[in-house]
Amino acid sequence: MKKILFSPWTKRALFTLCLIPAFLLIWRGFSGDLSANPVEFIEHRTGDWALRFLLITLSVTPLRKIFEQPLLTRFRRMLGLFAFFYVCVHLLMYLTFDQMFSISGILADVLKRPYITVGSAGFLMLIPLAITSTAAMVRRLGPKRWQLLHRLVYFCALAGVIHYYWLVKSDVREPLMYGGMLTLLMLFRVRMWLAKGAKSKPQPTVVGA
Amino acid sequence: MLIRKPADLRHSDVTPKQFYLNRRRFLAAGSAIAGAWALPTPAGATMKLDNVTKSAYTVNEKITPLADITSYNNYYEFGTDKGDPSHYANTLRPSPWQVQVGGLVNKPKTYDLDSIMKIAPLEERIYRHRCVEAWSIVVPWIGFPLAALLKQVEPNAKAKYVAFQTLYDPKQMPLGNRAGIELPYVEGLRLDEAMHPLALLAVGLYGETLPNQNGAPFRLVVPWKYGFKSIKSIVKITLTDKQPPTTWNIANAREYGFYSNVNPTVDHPRWTQSQERRLGELFKRKTLMFNGYPEVASLYTGMDLRKNY
Repeated sequence: MKKILFSPWTKRALFTLCLIPAFLLIWRGFSGDLSANPVEFIEHRTGDWALRFLLITLSVTPLRKIFEQPLLTRFRRMLGLFAFFYVCVHLLMYLTFDQMFSISGILADVLKRPYITVGSAGFLMLIPLAITSTAAMVRRLGPKRWQLLHRLVYFCALAGVIHYYWLVKSDVREPLMYGGMLTLLMLFRVRMWLAKGAKSKPQPTVVGA
Repeated sequence: MLIRKPADLRHSDVTPKQFYLNRRRFLAAGSAIAGAWALPTPAGATMKLDNVTKSAYTVNEKITPLADITSYNNYYEFGTDKGDPSHYANTLRPSPWQVQVGGLVNKPKTYDLDSIMKIAPLEERIYRHRCVEAWSIVVPWIGFPLAALLKQVEPNAKAKYVAFQTLYDPKQMPLGNRAGIELPYVEGLRLDEAMHPLALLAVGLYGETLPNQNGAPFRLVVPWKYGFKSIKSIVKITLTDKQPPTTWNIANAREYGFYSNVNPTVDHPRWTQSQERRLGELFKRKTLMFNGYPEVASLYTGMDLRKNY
Protein backbone atom coordinates (compact mmCIF):
# COMPACT_ATOMS: atom_id res chain seq x y z
CA MET A 1 0.00 0.00 0.00
CA LYS A 2 2.77 2.37 0.99
CA LYS A 3 4.53 1.64 -2.27
CA ILE A 4 1.46 2.44 -4.30
CA LEU A 5 0.86 5.68 -2.45
CA PHE A 6 4.50 6.69 -2.88
CA SER A 7 4.66 5.93 -6.58
CA PRO A 8 4.73 8.98 -8.87
CA TRP A 9 2.45 6.99 -11.19
CA THR A 10 -0.36 7.06 -8.66
CA LYS A 11 -0.20 10.82 -8.64
CA ARG A 12 -0.16 10.97 -12.42
CA ALA A 13 -3.09 8.58 -12.65
CA LEU A 14 -5.06 10.64 -10.16
CA PHE A 15 -4.22 13.81 -12.09
CA THR A 16 -5.63 12.29 -15.27
CA LEU A 17 -8.70 11.08 -13.39
CA CYS A 18 -9.38 14.58 -12.10
CA LEU A 19 -9.29 15.92 -15.65
CA ILE A 20 -12.00 13.54 -16.87
CA PRO A 21 -14.92 15.91 -16.13
CA ALA A 22 -13.16 18.62 -18.17
CA PHE A 23 -12.46 16.24 -21.03
CA LEU A 24 -16.06 15.01 -20.96
CA LEU A 25 -17.26 18.59 -21.37
CA ILE A 26 -14.92 19.13 -24.31
CA TRP A 27 -16.07 15.85 -25.84
CA ARG A 28 -19.72 16.86 -25.42
CA GLY A 29 -18.89 20.21 -26.97
CA PHE A 30 -17.50 18.59 -30.08
CA SER A 31 -20.41 16.19 -30.40
CA GLY A 32 -22.98 18.95 -29.88
CA ASP A 33 -24.23 17.40 -26.68
CA LEU A 34 -24.17 20.37 -24.30
CA SER A 35 -27.97 20.70 -24.14
CA ALA A 36 -30.04 23.55 -25.55
CA ASN A 37 -28.28 25.92 -23.17
CA PRO A 38 -24.54 25.13 -23.36
CA VAL A 39 -23.42 28.07 -21.22
CA GLU A 40 -25.66 27.03 -18.35
CA PHE A 41 -24.73 23.38 -18.84
CA ILE A 42 -21.00 24.10 -18.50
CA GLU A 43 -21.62 26.45 -15.58
CA HIS A 44 -23.61 23.82 -13.73
CA ARG A 45 -21.21 20.96 -14.45
CA THR A 46 -18.07 22.89 -13.48
CA GLY A 47 -19.86 24.24 -10.40
CA ASP A 48 -20.81 20.70 -9.40
CA TRP A 49 -17.23 19.51 -9.83
CA ALA A 50 -15.72 22.45 -7.96
CA LEU A 51 -17.92 21.63 -4.98
CA ARG A 52 -17.24 17.91 -5.28
CA PHE A 53 -13.48 18.46 -5.39
CA LEU A 54 -13.70 20.69 -2.31
CA LEU A 55 -15.50 17.89 -0.47
CA ILE A 56 -13.05 15.28 -1.76
CA THR A 57 -10.17 17.46 -0.57
CA LEU A 58 -11.82 17.75 2.83
CA SER A 59 -12.17 13.95 2.95
CA VAL A 60 -8.43 13.39 2.77
CA THR A 61 -7.73 14.02 6.44
CA PRO A 62 -10.61 11.86 7.76
CA LEU A 63 -9.66 9.03 5.36
CA ARG A 64 -6.02 9.35 6.37
CA LYS A 65 -6.91 9.00 10.04
CA ILE A 66 -9.49 6.25 9.62
CA PHE A 67 -7.27 4.06 7.44
CA GLU A 68 -4.05 5.19 9.12
CA GLN A 69 -2.48 6.10 5.79
CA PRO A 70 -0.58 9.35 6.36
CA LEU A 71 0.73 9.23 2.78
CA LEU A 72 -2.74 10.15 1.49
CA THR A 73 -1.84 13.76 2.28
CA ARG A 74 0.41 13.66 -0.80
CA PHE A 75 -2.69 14.08 -2.98
CA ARG A 76 -4.47 16.78 -1.02
CA ARG A 77 -2.91 19.81 -2.68
CA MET A 78 -3.64 18.51 -6.17
CA LEU A 79 -7.27 17.80 -5.29
CA GLY A 80 -7.67 21.26 -3.83
CA LEU A 81 -6.13 22.86 -6.88
CA PHE A 82 -8.54 20.95 -9.09
CA ALA A 83 -11.42 22.45 -7.09
CA PHE A 84 -9.85 25.84 -7.83
CA PHE A 85 -9.47 24.96 -11.52
CA TYR A 86 -13.14 23.98 -11.91
CA VAL A 87 -14.34 27.01 -9.98
CA CYS A 88 -12.23 29.24 -12.29
CA VAL A 89 -13.86 27.77 -15.41
CA HIS A 90 -17.26 28.16 -13.71
CA LEU A 91 -16.58 31.81 -12.92
CA LEU A 92 -15.07 32.55 -16.32
CA MET A 93 -18.22 31.24 -18.03
CA TYR A 94 -20.33 33.52 -15.87
CA LEU A 95 -18.11 36.58 -16.42
CA THR A 96 -17.90 36.03 -20.17
CA PHE A 97 -21.33 34.86 -21.26
CA ASP A 98 -23.70 35.97 -18.48
CA GLN A 99 -22.10 39.35 -17.84
CA MET A 100 -19.97 40.02 -20.94
CA PHE A 101 -17.42 41.44 -18.46
CA SER A 102 -19.72 44.33 -17.59
CA ILE A 103 -18.32 45.71 -14.34
CA SER A 104 -21.63 47.33 -13.38
CA GLY A 105 -23.53 44.12 -14.09
CA ILE A 106 -21.13 42.05 -12.02
CA LEU A 107 -21.16 44.52 -9.13
CA ALA A 108 -24.96 44.67 -9.15
CA ASP A 109 -25.11 40.88 -9.06
CA VAL A 110 -22.57 40.57 -6.24
CA LEU A 111 -24.30 43.23 -4.15
CA LYS A 112 -27.92 42.29 -4.87
CA ARG A 113 -27.99 38.50 -5.31
CA PRO A 114 -27.15 36.67 -2.11
CA TYR A 115 -26.25 33.45 -3.95
CA ILE A 116 -23.72 35.35 -6.05
CA THR A 117 -22.42 37.26 -3.01
CA VAL A 118 -21.77 33.97 -1.22
CA GLY A 119 -20.34 32.34 -4.33
CA SER A 120 -17.89 35.16 -4.97
CA ALA A 121 -16.87 35.17 -1.30
CA GLY A 122 -16.11 31.46 -1.62
CA PHE A 123 -14.02 32.11 -4.72
CA LEU A 124 -12.10 35.01 -3.16
CA MET A 125 -11.25 32.86 -0.13
CA LEU A 126 -9.90 30.14 -2.43
CA ILE A 127 -7.41 32.50 -4.09
CA PRO A 128 -4.98 32.82 -1.13
CA LEU A 129 -5.18 29.08 -0.63
CA ALA A 130 -4.21 28.41 -4.24
CA ILE A 131 -1.39 30.97 -4.05
CA THR A 132 0.03 29.52 -0.84
CA SER A 133 -0.28 25.92 -1.98
CA THR A 134 3.38 25.54 -2.95
CA ALA A 135 5.97 23.98 -0.65
CA ALA A 136 7.97 27.22 -0.71
CA MET A 137 4.94 29.13 0.53
CA VAL A 138 4.37 26.66 3.35
CA ARG A 139 7.96 27.27 4.43
CA ARG A 140 7.65 31.02 4.13
CA LEU A 141 4.47 31.14 6.20
CA GLY A 142 5.53 28.51 8.66
CA PRO A 143 3.37 25.43 9.13
CA LYS A 144 1.26 26.89 11.93
CA ARG A 145 0.25 30.04 10.13
CA TRP A 146 -0.15 28.11 6.90
CA GLN A 147 -2.53 25.67 8.56
CA LEU A 148 -4.50 28.47 10.15
CA LEU A 149 -4.88 30.19 6.76
CA HIS A 150 -5.90 26.98 5.08
CA ARG A 151 -8.74 26.47 7.55
CA LEU A 152 -10.47 28.95 5.21
CA VAL A 153 -11.27 25.99 3.02
CA TYR A 154 -14.07 25.00 5.41
CA PHE A 155 -15.73 28.34 4.71
CA CYS A 156 -15.14 27.95 0.96
CA ALA A 157 -16.99 24.65 0.98
CA LEU A 158 -19.78 26.11 3.11
CA ALA A 159 -20.05 29.03 0.69
CA GLY A 160 -20.27 26.55 -2.20
CA VAL A 161 -23.13 24.63 -0.57
CA ILE A 162 -25.08 27.80 0.27
CA HIS A 163 -24.43 29.24 -3.22
CA TYR A 164 -26.00 26.10 -4.71
CA TYR A 165 -28.85 25.92 -2.18
CA TRP A 166 -29.91 29.52 -2.82
CA LEU A 167 -29.82 29.04 -6.57
CA VAL A 168 -32.26 26.15 -7.02
CA LYS A 169 -35.97 26.82 -7.39
CA SER A 170 -37.56 24.00 -5.46
CA ASP A 171 -35.66 20.74 -5.69
CA VAL A 172 -33.06 21.16 -2.94
CA ARG A 173 -32.08 17.48 -2.68
CA GLU A 174 -28.67 17.87 -4.30
CA PRO A 175 -27.47 20.93 -2.38
CA LEU A 176 -28.74 19.30 0.81
CA MET A 177 -26.80 16.17 -0.01
CA TYR A 178 -23.59 18.17 -0.36
CA GLY A 179 -24.48 20.04 2.82
CA GLY A 180 -24.91 16.71 4.60
CA MET A 181 -21.51 15.51 3.43
CA LEU A 182 -19.85 18.72 4.55
CA THR A 183 -21.51 18.37 7.95
CA LEU A 184 -20.16 14.83 8.32
CA LEU A 185 -16.65 15.93 7.34
CA MET A 186 -16.79 18.80 9.82
CA LEU A 187 -18.17 16.61 12.61
CA PHE A 188 -15.20 14.32 12.13
CA ARG A 189 -12.89 17.29 12.65
CA VAL A 190 -14.75 18.53 15.68
CA ARG A 191 -14.36 15.08 17.23
CA MET A 192 -10.68 15.09 16.30
CA TRP A 193 -10.12 18.52 17.88
CA LEU A 194 -12.04 17.58 21.00
CA ALA A 195 -9.99 14.41 21.38
CA LYS A 196 -6.78 16.39 20.92
CA GLY A 197 -7.91 18.99 23.44
CA ALA A 198 -8.74 16.31 26.00
CA LYS A 199 -5.38 14.70 25.50
CA SER A 200 -3.28 17.83 25.69
CA LYS A 201 -5.01 19.47 28.65
CA PRO A 202 -3.79 17.21 31.48
CA GLN A 203 -0.16 17.58 30.37
CA PRO A 204 0.25 21.14 29.11
CA THR A 205 3.89 21.22 30.12
CA VAL A 206 4.75 18.33 27.82
CA VAL A 207 3.36 20.17 24.82
CA GLY A 208 5.21 23.31 25.75
CA ALA A 209 8.46 21.52 26.45
CA MET B 1 -18.99 6.38 -8.90
CA LEU B 2 -21.36 6.45 -11.83
CA ILE B 3 -20.39 3.14 -13.35
CA ARG B 4 -23.53 1.47 -14.52
CA LYS B 5 -23.98 -2.21 -13.84
CA PRO B 6 -25.58 -4.33 -16.56
CA ALA B 7 -28.63 -4.82 -14.33
CA ASP B 8 -29.36 -1.10 -14.59
CA LEU B 9 -29.59 -1.12 -18.36
CA ARG B 10 -32.95 -0.21 -19.76
CA HIS B 11 -34.37 -1.01 -23.17
CA SER B 12 -33.81 2.58 -24.17
CA ASP B 13 -30.12 2.12 -23.51
CA VAL B 14 -29.75 -0.62 -26.07
CA THR B 15 -32.20 0.64 -28.69
CA PRO B 16 -30.82 3.60 -30.63
CA LYS B 17 -33.19 6.54 -30.30
CA GLN B 18 -33.87 6.88 -34.02
CA PHE B 19 -35.07 3.27 -34.13
CA TYR B 20 -37.54 3.49 -31.31
CA LEU B 21 -38.71 6.84 -32.58
CA ASN B 22 -39.33 5.21 -35.94
CA ARG B 23 -41.33 2.49 -34.25
CA ARG B 24 -43.41 5.13 -32.52
CA ARG B 25 -43.94 6.99 -35.75
CA PHE B 26 -45.07 3.75 -37.32
CA LEU B 27 -47.56 3.19 -34.48
CA ALA B 28 -48.64 6.81 -34.70
CA ALA B 29 -49.32 6.47 -38.41
CA GLY B 30 -51.51 3.47 -37.61
CA SER B 31 -53.59 5.32 -35.09
CA ALA B 32 -53.82 8.35 -37.34
CA ILE B 33 -55.48 6.19 -39.97
CA ALA B 34 -57.89 4.85 -37.36
CA GLY B 35 -59.00 8.41 -36.58
CA ALA B 36 -56.57 10.97 -35.28
CA TRP B 37 -57.54 10.97 -31.61
CA ALA B 38 -59.65 7.84 -31.35
CA LEU B 39 -56.90 5.45 -30.28
CA PRO B 40 -54.53 5.93 -27.38
CA THR B 41 -51.51 7.81 -28.64
CA PRO B 42 -48.25 5.94 -28.32
CA ALA B 43 -46.14 7.60 -25.67
CA GLY B 44 -44.09 10.48 -26.92
CA ALA B 45 -45.27 10.43 -30.50
CA THR B 46 -46.71 13.45 -32.21
CA MET B 47 -49.02 13.65 -35.23
CA LYS B 48 -49.31 16.13 -38.00
CA LEU B 49 -52.09 18.69 -37.60
CA ASP B 50 -54.09 19.55 -40.71
CA ASN B 51 -56.12 22.63 -41.63
CA VAL B 52 -53.90 25.04 -39.75
CA THR B 53 -53.94 28.62 -40.97
CA LYS B 54 -51.03 31.01 -40.49
CA SER B 55 -52.00 33.90 -38.26
CA ALA B 56 -50.82 37.48 -38.12
CA TYR B 57 -49.28 36.76 -34.72
CA THR B 58 -45.64 36.31 -35.53
CA VAL B 59 -42.28 37.76 -34.61
CA ASN B 60 -39.35 38.87 -36.67
CA GLU B 61 -36.95 36.61 -34.82
CA LYS B 62 -35.42 33.25 -35.51
CA ILE B 63 -37.66 30.36 -34.47
CA THR B 64 -35.98 28.11 -31.89
CA PRO B 65 -35.07 24.68 -33.30
CA LEU B 66 -37.55 21.92 -32.46
CA ALA B 67 -34.81 19.89 -30.78
CA ASP B 68 -34.20 22.71 -28.28
CA ILE B 69 -37.91 23.30 -27.64
CA THR B 70 -38.45 19.61 -26.87
CA SER B 71 -35.28 18.87 -24.88
CA TYR B 72 -35.13 21.83 -22.49
CA ASN B 73 -38.30 21.92 -20.42
CA ASN B 74 -39.64 22.70 -17.00
CA TYR B 75 -42.27 20.08 -16.26
CA TYR B 76 -41.58 19.10 -12.66
CA GLU B 77 -44.02 16.17 -12.74
CA PHE B 78 -41.37 14.52 -14.94
CA GLY B 79 -38.23 15.60 -13.06
CA THR B 80 -36.70 18.90 -12.06
CA ASP B 81 -33.75 18.92 -14.47
CA LYS B 82 -34.39 20.68 -17.79
CA GLY B 83 -33.46 17.53 -19.69
CA ASP B 84 -35.65 15.23 -17.55
CA PRO B 85 -39.07 15.77 -19.18
CA SER B 86 -37.77 14.77 -22.62
CA HIS B 87 -36.61 11.48 -21.08
CA TYR B 88 -39.42 10.72 -18.67
CA ALA B 89 -42.60 12.29 -20.07
CA ASN B 90 -43.21 9.25 -22.27
CA THR B 91 -45.27 7.81 -19.39
CA LEU B 92 -47.92 10.50 -19.94
CA ARG B 93 -51.00 9.28 -21.82
CA PRO B 94 -52.33 12.32 -23.70
CA SER B 95 -55.19 10.35 -25.20
CA PRO B 96 -57.94 9.71 -24.25
CA TRP B 97 -58.22 13.04 -22.42
CA GLN B 98 -60.95 15.04 -20.78
CA VAL B 99 -61.12 18.65 -19.74
CA GLN B 100 -63.81 19.74 -17.29
CA VAL B 101 -64.86 23.34 -17.74
CA GLY B 102 -67.16 24.68 -15.03
CA GLY B 103 -67.58 26.97 -12.06
CA LEU B 104 -69.33 30.29 -12.55
CA VAL B 105 -70.57 29.56 -16.07
CA ASN B 106 -73.97 29.09 -17.65
CA LYS B 107 -73.01 26.07 -19.73
CA PRO B 108 -70.48 23.83 -17.94
CA LYS B 109 -69.09 21.23 -20.26
CA THR B 110 -66.64 18.34 -20.31
CA TYR B 111 -64.60 18.30 -23.48
CA ASP B 112 -62.82 15.35 -25.02
CA LEU B 113 -60.00 15.87 -27.48
CA ASP B 114 -62.28 15.71 -30.49
CA SER B 115 -64.52 18.46 -29.20
CA ILE B 116 -61.51 20.58 -28.17
CA MET B 117 -60.21 20.47 -31.71
CA LYS B 118 -63.59 21.75 -32.94
CA ILE B 119 -63.87 24.78 -30.62
CA ALA B 120 -62.29 27.11 -33.15
CA PRO B 121 -60.19 26.94 -36.33
CA LEU B 122 -56.59 26.06 -35.60
CA GLU B 123 -54.02 28.73 -36.29
CA GLU B 124 -50.25 28.90 -36.08
CA ARG B 125 -48.89 31.70 -33.90
CA ILE B 126 -45.22 32.39 -33.47
CA TYR B 127 -44.72 33.67 -29.93
CA ARG B 128 -41.79 34.56 -27.74
CA HIS B 129 -41.74 32.44 -24.59
CA ARG B 130 -39.79 33.82 -21.62
CA CYS B 131 -39.08 31.65 -18.60
CA VAL B 132 -38.80 33.21 -15.14
CA GLU B 133 -35.31 31.63 -15.02
CA ALA B 134 -34.14 34.16 -17.64
CA TRP B 135 -34.02 31.99 -20.75
CA SER B 136 -36.32 32.28 -23.74
CA ILE B 137 -37.41 30.57 -26.94
CA VAL B 138 -39.50 31.40 -30.01
CA VAL B 139 -42.19 28.81 -30.61
CA PRO B 140 -44.55 28.22 -33.54
CA TRP B 141 -47.58 27.16 -31.48
CA ILE B 142 -50.79 25.78 -32.96
CA GLY B 143 -54.04 26.50 -31.20
CA PHE B 144 -56.95 28.86 -30.79
CA PRO B 145 -57.79 31.79 -28.50
CA LEU B 146 -58.71 30.85 -24.95
CA ALA B 147 -61.60 33.32 -25.38
CA ALA B 148 -63.23 30.97 -27.90
CA LEU B 149 -63.54 28.23 -25.27
CA LEU B 150 -64.69 30.64 -22.57
CA LYS B 151 -67.42 32.03 -24.85
CA GLN B 152 -68.77 28.51 -25.38
CA VAL B 153 -69.30 27.94 -21.64
CA GLU B 154 -70.57 31.50 -21.04
CA PRO B 155 -69.02 32.87 -17.84
CA ASN B 156 -71.74 34.45 -15.70
CA ALA B 157 -71.69 37.94 -14.20
CA LYS B 158 -69.97 36.82 -10.99
CA ALA B 159 -66.98 35.24 -12.77
CA LYS B 160 -63.79 37.30 -12.30
CA TYR B 161 -60.98 34.75 -12.60
CA VAL B 162 -60.13 31.57 -14.48
CA ALA B 163 -58.42 28.72 -12.63
CA PHE B 164 -56.53 25.97 -14.45
CA GLN B 165 -55.33 22.59 -13.25
CA THR B 166 -52.80 20.15 -14.68
CA LEU B 167 -53.30 16.40 -14.58
CA TYR B 168 -51.69 14.78 -11.57
CA ASP B 169 -51.60 11.02 -11.83
CA PRO B 170 -48.70 9.54 -9.84
CA LYS B 171 -48.90 6.46 -12.06
CA GLN B 172 -48.18 8.51 -15.16
CA MET B 173 -45.96 10.93 -13.22
CA PRO B 174 -43.91 8.78 -10.85
CA LEU B 175 -41.32 11.54 -10.36
CA GLY B 176 -44.01 13.95 -9.16
CA ASN B 177 -43.30 13.21 -5.50
CA ARG B 178 -39.83 14.72 -5.93
CA ALA B 179 -41.04 17.91 -7.60
CA GLY B 180 -40.65 20.00 -4.44
CA ILE B 181 -43.86 21.84 -5.33
CA GLU B 182 -47.45 21.04 -4.42
CA LEU B 183 -49.23 19.01 -7.09
CA PRO B 184 -51.53 19.06 -9.00
CA TYR B 185 -50.07 22.13 -10.64
CA VAL B 186 -52.56 25.00 -10.66
CA GLU B 187 -52.54 28.37 -12.37
CA GLY B 188 -54.90 31.26 -12.90
CA LEU B 189 -55.66 34.41 -14.84
CA ARG B 190 -57.94 37.34 -14.34
CA LEU B 191 -60.96 36.95 -16.66
CA ASP B 192 -60.01 39.99 -18.77
CA GLU B 193 -56.49 38.59 -19.19
CA ALA B 194 -57.94 35.25 -20.20
CA MET B 195 -60.21 36.95 -22.77
CA HIS B 196 -57.30 38.85 -24.33
CA PRO B 197 -56.81 37.71 -27.94
CA LEU B 198 -53.14 36.85 -27.25
CA ALA B 199 -54.06 34.19 -24.66
CA LEU B 200 -53.84 30.93 -26.54
CA LEU B 201 -54.87 27.35 -25.91
CA ALA B 202 -52.25 25.31 -27.73
CA VAL B 203 -52.72 21.79 -29.08
CA GLY B 204 -49.52 21.65 -31.09
CA LEU B 205 -46.22 23.12 -32.16
CA TYR B 206 -44.06 22.90 -35.28
CA GLY B 207 -47.04 21.62 -37.29
CA GLU B 208 -47.70 18.61 -35.06
CA THR B 209 -49.57 17.75 -31.87
CA LEU B 210 -47.79 18.73 -28.66
CA PRO B 211 -44.95 16.50 -27.50
CA ASN B 212 -45.65 15.19 -23.97
CA GLN B 213 -42.84 17.23 -22.42
CA ASN B 214 -44.36 20.41 -23.86
CA GLY B 215 -47.73 19.83 -22.19
CA ALA B 216 -49.66 17.39 -24.37
CA PRO B 217 -52.38 17.27 -25.31
CA PHE B 218 -53.58 20.70 -24.42
CA ARG B 219 -51.97 23.68 -22.70
CA LEU B 220 -52.22 27.39 -22.11
CA VAL B 221 -49.82 29.92 -23.68
CA VAL B 222 -49.74 33.44 -22.23
CA PRO B 223 -46.80 35.01 -24.05
CA TRP B 224 -46.59 38.23 -22.00
CA LYS B 225 -46.17 36.34 -18.72
CA TYR B 226 -43.36 34.16 -17.39
CA GLY B 227 -43.51 30.63 -18.72
CA PHE B 228 -44.79 29.00 -15.54
CA LYS B 229 -48.14 30.77 -16.05
CA SER B 230 -48.59 28.82 -19.29
CA ILE B 231 -49.89 25.70 -17.59
CA LYS B 232 -49.47 22.33 -19.32
CA SER B 233 -51.66 19.24 -19.82
CA ILE B 234 -54.86 20.88 -18.57
CA VAL B 235 -57.65 18.73 -17.13
CA LYS B 236 -59.76 21.36 -15.41
CA ILE B 237 -60.79 24.97 -16.04
CA THR B 238 -62.93 26.70 -13.42
CA LEU B 239 -64.40 30.19 -13.47
CA THR B 240 -64.28 31.76 -10.01
CA ASP B 241 -65.06 35.03 -8.24
CA LYS B 242 -61.88 34.96 -6.13
CA GLN B 243 -58.25 35.01 -7.21
CA PRO B 244 -57.32 31.33 -7.48
CA PRO B 245 -54.19 29.89 -5.81
CA THR B 246 -51.24 29.31 -8.15
CA THR B 247 -48.52 26.71 -7.67
CA TRP B 248 -45.33 28.78 -7.64
CA ASN B 249 -47.02 31.45 -5.56
CA ILE B 250 -47.87 28.77 -2.98
CA ALA B 251 -44.28 27.52 -3.11
CA ASN B 252 -42.74 30.97 -2.65
CA ALA B 253 -45.03 34.01 -2.60
CA ARG B 254 -42.16 36.50 -2.36
CA GLU B 255 -40.57 35.23 -5.56
CA TYR B 256 -43.58 34.36 -7.74
CA GLY B 257 -46.64 36.59 -7.84
CA PHE B 258 -50.08 35.93 -9.27
CA TYR B 259 -49.53 38.25 -12.24
CA SER B 260 -45.94 37.35 -13.14
CA ASN B 261 -45.91 39.59 -16.20
CA VAL B 262 -42.55 39.66 -17.95
CA ASN B 263 -41.02 42.87 -16.62
CA PRO B 264 -37.35 43.79 -17.04
CA THR B 265 -37.64 46.47 -14.33
CA VAL B 266 -38.82 44.15 -11.56
CA ASP B 267 -36.14 41.65 -10.60
CA HIS B 268 -36.68 38.23 -9.19
CA PRO B 269 -35.40 38.45 -5.59
CA ARG B 270 -32.53 36.15 -6.51
CA TRP B 271 -31.64 37.18 -10.06
CA THR B 272 -32.10 39.95 -12.60
CA GLN B 273 -34.96 39.89 -15.07
CA SER B 274 -33.49 42.63 -17.26
CA GLN B 275 -31.74 40.11 -19.50
CA GLU B 276 -32.39 36.68 -20.88
CA ARG B 277 -30.56 34.01 -22.82
CA ARG B 278 -32.34 33.05 -26.02
CA LEU B 279 -31.64 29.36 -26.51
CA GLY B 280 -29.16 29.06 -29.36
CA GLU B 281 -27.42 32.32 -28.47
CA LEU B 282 -24.34 32.54 -26.27
CA PHE B 283 -24.71 36.07 -24.98
CA LYS B 284 -27.72 37.48 -23.21
CA ARG B 285 -30.21 39.85 -24.79
CA LYS B 286 -32.39 42.53 -23.21
CA THR B 287 -35.75 41.41 -21.90
CA LEU B 288 -38.69 43.38 -23.29
CA MET B 289 -41.58 44.79 -21.25
CA PHE B 290 -44.48 42.34 -21.39
CA ASN B 291 -42.07 40.18 -23.39
CA GLY B 292 -42.54 42.52 -26.35
CA TYR B 293 -46.36 42.48 -26.29
CA PRO B 294 -47.19 46.09 -25.35
CA GLU B 295 -50.82 45.61 -26.44
CA VAL B 296 -51.58 44.00 -23.07
CA ALA B 297 -50.47 47.08 -21.10
CA SER B 298 -54.03 48.43 -20.92
CA LEU B 299 -55.01 45.40 -18.80
CA TYR B 300 -52.87 46.83 -16.01
CA THR B 301 -53.60 50.55 -16.15
CA GLY B 302 -53.37 52.11 -12.71
CA MET B 303 -51.79 49.03 -11.17
CA ASP B 304 -48.42 49.14 -9.41
CA LEU B 305 -46.57 46.40 -11.23
CA ARG B 306 -43.88 46.36 -8.54
CA LYS B 307 -46.44 45.35 -5.98
CA ASN B 308 -48.42 43.15 -8.35
CA TYR B 309 -45.39 41.27 -9.65
